[in-house]
Amino acid sequence: MTDHTTTDDAPSDDRSFDDSAPDGGMPVSTASVDAALESLDDDGLTGYNYAYLDEHTKREVRRSMLKAVAIPGHQVPYASRPMPLARGWGTGGIQASLSLLGPEDRFKVIDQGADESVNAANIRRLAETTAEVETTTDTTDADLIQSRHRIPEEVLTAGQRLVLQVPITDALRKVDPSDAANRRRHAHKNYGKMWVHLYENVVEYGEINIASRYPTMVAGRYLMDPSPIPRWDVPKLDDADHLTVLAAGREARIYAVPPHTAVEPLAFEDRDFTVERFPEQACHACGSTDTYLVEVSEESADEDGFETRYACNDSSFCRKRRENPELPKDHHLDREGVDWGPETPDGDASTAQRGGSE
Amino acid sequence: MTLLEAENLQTRYGPGCSQCIASTGDGAGTNQCPHCDTVVACAEADLGVEAGEVLGIVGESGSGKSSLAELLALERDEDATTAGEVRYAGHDGNLLDVDYETRHALRTGEIALVHQHIRDGLNLEFTGGGNVAEKLLSAGNRSYEDVRDRVRTLFEATEIPLARMDDPASTYSGGMQRRVQIARALATDPDLIVLDEPTTGLDVSVQARVLDMFRRVQREEGVAAIVVSHDLSVVRLLADRTLVMRHGRIVESGLTDRVMEDPHHEYTQTLINSVI
Repeated sequence: MTDHTTTDDAPSDDRSFDDSAPDGGMPVSTASVDAALESLDDDGLTGYNYAYLDEHTKREVRRSMLKAVAIPGHQVPYASRPMPLARGWGTGGIQASLSLLGPEDRFKVIDQGADESVNAANIRRLAETTAEVETTTDTTDADLIQSRHRIPEEVLTAGQRLVLQVPITDALRKVDPSDAANRRRHAHKNYGKMWVHLYENVVEYGEINIASRYPTMVAGRYLMDPSPIPRWDVPKLDDADHLTVLAAGREARIYAVPPHTAVEPLAFEDRDFTVERFPEQACHACGSTDTYLVEVSEESADEDGFETRYACNDSSFCRKRRENPELPKDHHLDREGVDWGPETPDGDASTAQRGGSE
Repeated sequence: MTLLEAENLQTRYGPGCSQCIASTGDGAGTNQCPHCDTVVACAEADLGVEAGEVLGIVGESGSGKSSLAELLALERDEDATTAGEVRYAGHDGNLLDVDYETRHALRTGEIALVHQHIRDGLNLEFTGGGNVAEKLLSAGNRSYEDVRDRVRTLFEATEIPLARMDDPASTYSGGMQRRVQIARALATDPDLIVLDEPTTGLDVSVQARVLDMFRRVQREEGVAAIVVSHDLSVVRLLADRTLVMRHGRIVESGLTDRVMEDPHHEYTQTLINSVI
C-alpha cells in the first residue's frame, strides 16, 4: 500500500505524511473520503492561484501567445497543463483565456454559437470562481470571448480579444498525416498538396466544398487551420480590428491572427471562395437572413411529429434581433458598413426580406 | 549547348577511407572497399547532356545507375555520402550544394524525375489528374481551368484515357501509372527528364507503347532526357548516346549505335552478346 492511499476501511494510523512533497498538494489525514469531504468548509479553492493556473504556467502561455502574434499563423508549442476537464473539450482555449483574464475583464464563452451550452456555462463558471471576473453573454459587452466553432455575428472591436478552441492545429494534416513532413512544408511554404486537395474538390463537386477548417493563408506566409468555424466566419478574420488567439490543448499549440492581418482563404482565380448559402431561409425566431443559420428540428405545434426550422446560430445576437429586427451587426460602432463577413446589412435587400415571420 | 554537366560524381554508403576509390571499380572487380567495407555506389563519373539529347545509362543491377540518376535529378539519399559537381545551364555553382528552396524550384520547374518505384513518384490516393496537377499547382498556377486544360493535354499526349482522369491513381494499371508519372514530369515543361527504369514491371506490349509514346513526346517537346535501364533494347530505342556502367564506374561511352555495334570494353561485349 502506498503512502497516500486512503480507503474507507483502512484504519487511520499515525503514519506520517511527507509534507515537504513539492506541489503535490497537502495529503488529508482522515478516516474516510466522506469524512474528508465533510470536513471541508470552503469551495475547495484554497491553495489555488488566481485564475486557476499558477503564475509560471500563465507566463509560459503568454510568452507563446506573444510569439504567435509575432509570427502570424505559425504554430507555437506550449506546455499545455492538465485542466479540470478532458483534453479536446476546450482545454487549450481555457488556458489561453485564464492566462489573459484580469479582474477588470468581462468574459463571454460561446459553444457552437450558444452561451447556454453546458460546456460554455462550465467554462464561464470556472473563470467566475477562480479569476473573479464578470461574465456576460452580450458580445459587445465582453472584453474576452472564448469560442468554439463560431465567430460572433456582431463586429468585434479593437479592445476585444477572441480565443478560439482548436481540435486540429495543422491544415495540412488533411492531406498528409505526417507532422514532420508538414512542418517541413510550412518551413518552405510548400503547399502544393493542399492545392491538389482543392483541385480535386472542384473536380468532384464543381466548387471547393470544405465545410469547416477551411485552409487559410495568414499574412501571405503560413497556411492556417482557422479551427472548425464555418466558411461563413473565415472572412471576418481578414484585416480584423481584434486579436484572435487559437489554442489547442491536446496538441499543445498556440497560433494567432493579430489585428489587421491579411487572412486569405485558399481559392482558385476562377473558382472563388464561397460561404454557406441559405436560399430563401430566415431565422424562425428573429427573421434574420444575414446571419449564419442552422437547422433545428423541433416538435411541431399542431401535430405529432417534427418540423425542421432554421434559426440563428449566434443566440445572443438573435435575442437582440428579436427586439429590434433592423439592428445592424455594427450597431455598436461609430462607423457604418463595416466589412464583417458575408452580407453585412448595409444594403436594402436584406432588410426588406427581414421581418416576414413576425 | 550543354544543358547539364557533371564532374567526378560519387555516392558512397559507409565511413569511407583513403583507399576506397583505388580498391573499387571495374579494375578491382567490386564496388565494396575491402579495407572499410564502404559501398562505393558510383564514383569518378563525368558526363554531359546537350539540350534535347537523350543519354542512356546501361549496366547490370548494382552497377550504380540509379545512384547516378538520383544525383543528376537532385534527389539526395539521406543515408549516402555524395561528392562531385553538377552544373546546369543558367545556374551558377554546384547544383548538389544548393539549398532546399532552390532545389525544390529546380525540381518543380526544370529537372523532372520519373521514379523507378511508382510509390516514390505518385501519390496513389490522389486522382491521376491530381498527381499531374500537383506539379502545376506547386509551380504557382492558380487558375483551375488552366490547370485542368493542361492536365487534359498531357493525358492526351501520354495516351491515358481521359475518362479515367478523375479516378484515384491507385485504381490505374501499371502502364497507366507509368504514363501518369511521365505526364507529371512533363507538366511544367522541364528542360531535362531523368527516367529511372521506365519499363520495370510492364509487359512487353505495354513497354513498347510507353516507350513509343515517350519517344514521340520527347521529340515534340524537345526535352533532354537521361534514360537509366538494365534493358539494352530500351536504351537502343531511345538514346542518342550511351554510357555503360559496371561496379560503380563508367566503363564505356559513345554514340548508341557505336556502342551497340562496336563495343570496346570487354564487359560491354558480353552484355551485348548476351542479349542479341
